[in-house]
Amino acid sequence: MAYTLVSADGPQSVPALLHRNAKQFANAPAYREKEYGIWQSWTWAQTREEVEALALGFLELGVNEGDFIAISGRNRPYLYWAMMAAEMVGAVPVPLYQDANAEEMAYVLDHCGARFVVAGDQEQVDKVLEVQDQLSQFERIIYLDPRGLRKYDHSALDQYRAVQELGRENRDVHIKELETRQAKLNYDSIGVMLYTSGTTGKPKGVVLSNRNIIETAKSSSAFDNLRHTDNILAYLPMAWVGDFIFSVGQALWVGFCTNCPESADTMHVDLREIGPTYYFAPPRVFETQLTNVMIRMEDASRFKKWLFDKFMAHARKVGPDILDGRPVSSMDRAKYALGELMIYGPLKNTLGLSRVRVGYTAGEAIGPEIFDFYRSLGINLKQLYGQTEATVFITAQPDGEVRSDTVGVACPGVELKIADSGEVFYRSPGVFVEYYKNPESTADTKDAEGWVATGDAGFVEQDTGHLRIIDRAKDVGHMADGSLFAPKYVENKLKFFPNILEVVVFGNGLDACTAFINIDLTAVGNWAERNNIGYASYQELARHPQVMDTIQGHVEAVNASIAEDEMLSGCQVHRFVVLHKELDADDGELTRTRKVRRKIIGEKFADIISALYDGSTSVSTVTEVTYEDGRKGSIAATLEVRDAKVFADTRKMAAE
Amino acid sequence: MNDLADGYVTADGRQIGPVVMEMKNITLRFGGVEAIKDISFDIRQGEIRAIIGPNGAGKSSMLNVISGFYVPQDGEVWYQGSRRAPMKPYEVAQQGIARTFQNIALFEGMSVLDNVMTGRLTNMKIGMFWQSIWKGKAEREETENREVAEKIIDFLEIQAIRKTPVSRLSYGLKKRVELARALAAEPSILLLDEPMAGMNVEEKEDMSRFILDVNDEFGTTIALIEHDMGVVMDLSDRVVVMDYGKKIGDGTPHEVRNNQDVIDAYLGVAHD
Repeated sequence: MAYTLVSADGPQSVPALLHRNAKQFANAPAYREKEYGIWQSWTWAQTREEVEALALGFLELGVNEGDFIAISGRNRPYLYWAMMAAEMVGAVPVPLYQDANAEEMAYVLDHCGARFVVAGDQEQVDKVLEVQDQLSQFERIIYLDPRGLRKYDHSALDQYRAVQELGRENRDVHIKELETRQAKLNYDSIGVMLYTSGTTGKPKGVVLSNRNIIETAKSSSAFDNLRHTDNILAYLPMAWVGDFIFSVGQALWVGFCTNCPESADTMHVDLREIGPTYYFAPPRVFETQLTNVMIRMEDASRFKKWLFDKFMAHARKVGPDILDGRPVSSMDRAKYALGELMIYGPLKNTLGLSRVRVGYTAGEAIGPEIFDFYRSLGINLKQLYGQTEATVFITAQPDGEVRSDTVGVACPGVELKIADSGEVFYRSPGVFVEYYKNPESTADTKDAEGWVATGDAGFVEQDTGHLRIIDRAKDVGHMADGSLFAPKYVENKLKFFPNILEVVVFGNGLDACTAFINIDLTAVGNWAERNNIGYASYQELARHPQVMDTIQGHVEAVNASIAEDEMLSGCQVHRFVVLHKELDADDGELTRTRKVRRKIIGEKFADIISALYDGSTSVSTVTEVTYEDGRKGSIAATLEVRDAKVFADTRKMAAE
Repeated sequence: MNDLADGYVTADGRQIGPVVMEMKNITLRFGGVEAIKDISFDIRQGEIRAIIGPNGAGKSSMLNVISGFYVPQDGEVWYQGSRRAPMKPYEVAQQGIARTFQNIALFEGMSVLDNVMTGRLTNMKIGMFWQSIWKGKAEREETENREVAEKIIDFLEIQAIRKTPVSRLSYGLKKRVELARALAAEPSILLLDEPMAGMNVEEKEDMSRFILDVNDEFGTTIALIEHDMGVVMDLSDRVVVMDYGKKIGDGTPHEVRNNQDVIDAYLGVAHD
């Protein structure tokens, strides 16, 4: 086959990269998925065959250029192929969050006017069928897993394999058309559309061009020296830009292998079996892993516990220095090597992180202790800062310049600018084309010169050039006395305690800060078990007096540390409650990527907030909750409001 | 309905085939106790057939007659068009009947996968000698059987506990593993003895879905005993109602629900 898709500057589109890899890495593994207990794998050549068959099937079904094809399901090679096949026929793939409820799905499907939906399983099919009456342009569903769908009316349903078969049978009819359509693709054609999770308001469709995808993949792969022998585990939502860039963009550019876990529950086993060399996880995952390790160490024999503590203390002392290549005495090195043999190596193996060469965390701030724990084990964990509109990468930490309090230096090709308001702006080849059908928002976010507002407040360190993010720009405010109010800063400090899962701090324009706290059921539940404290529900455990005491201790510890910060000492938490329910995306309190929606929470729990400020010691409340299947119920509870000790600004005291 | 020789179509559009198993005038006695008194009913190809009744009605005894574990003193069991002679349980299994138990009967110390593999035993033909050498034919056979076992593990969504010893599992999961083991035998009739007993609502919903999916996906005929009336009425195509060893009702869930004898048996009746 003669494909003339590669210009002088290299491949100009995602399909062009696939064809290149099918030739260049023909027999190297491209995708793996664990199914039926073993890892099934496909080479790049096989991948191209599968994608092409599906693309031909799409043509047989009548997919036009410019159509939108929505894709919804857990990470599976077939769904990644569906995205590539969509691009091959000149359509735009739109990956969706698989845990979105039917209404959220309806909004997105209707907004982009998707004619076709590729659904992973019965659950996804059901959601689409439920809302199909609201969708004017929707035509057909292509489903992957036939289970439970036998009895469904198949007039608008096709099985994925059947579409591929259809494509293979009609190859001669459509292959010319397919080649023509691919030849039309260039750097400016749309590569993918991703919906932002929407901290405020409805999700927006971010249009990314082939230029965005390929340029970003190119420069970021070079930055971290990724190789085609690398392996990644694809387990984060396919609708998230990071997964798209890692599992499609960089995977295609570099030619490394993308591995899909068997199911969400087997993630950890699969992680161990694959041993990825390039790994990404949000701070929450690292936090949970560390919590689990610590819980299990509590149950270990005393000798093992002693050994673990001993070597971990040594690792904290010299591990990061060894990783960064700084001078370390040979005695310490020898001791570290012994630790590697006894503790670090086996631990990394248990965590599935033995082979990680480049590891990233992003999305939220990571606790310095958590960050240092992994780095001291010798895992090259780094931070990056990015967003959908930038095709992920804005800043990242180069090897050897890793710290927990910065998000790194500007990525290659990215320019940074800090506005007078403190908001961070950037410009790069990765800057998105537009928000789909939303020119006002596009104009609000991106100016004529291509500078994009991140919505985050931050500053660049003078001596190192590292960017530090303080908070969301719109969340940063002032207390009644004029001092700075940065809720996220306080929340993150509190969330670094394993017992605390989620925190929302209030106080903008008021004279004192207060907080809602969610306990971490795993950590606190384990503590309760070891102390013979019985509980029947989250609610019961959350209001246990001893739990309240523990949380109060944490709040006061954070207050003490904030008091040392001149700029932010006004943000100490004066009063707090431990909420009677976990904040949940199904109730609209968090986004699907688990970011706090302050406004909604503020409105929903207005009665609790007023109790925090009127001095009362308890508050009774009834809250509506939504169950996973969409039914609604309510929880009634009486919450205890506690006062926390606050500290005077130590520096100010010293100065006086 | 019973006069339809070649089957019928259910409310949700499934085609039910001809009779595969028929109980004719079954009477089962333990000494002087008559556990089952002169009961007749049939099970059709592809249907979900429930046996319900109050405690001590003789449901489990009936299931044990179907499975061949009990041999009735009177009456005949007809299976696939011929009268079944008294036989050993393993012979019944070889005929394509598999079951789960009211009190879970798994190998506690073995992993989930190994337990499911034991369900494949009747399908393995290689002798112990070759299995111990485990080369060539024996290895191939194990691979084939493992594949079947893995498909069932995938079907019942228990991949995450594949290598976990059964003793560490929750009750609901053990029930699911037991279903997996029964399915591994690729039965034509599956007997479930109180599949939902002791489960919470969520586990019951999961189990119901799996039972329907099994019937739907593999076309397996299912006979089940269950206490939870809601579940029975939702799941089954036809229901036999027993009370004190006698059959007091037989028909669709709707018919059974409106049967006065059944209402009396469940809600009690004033004895003048």
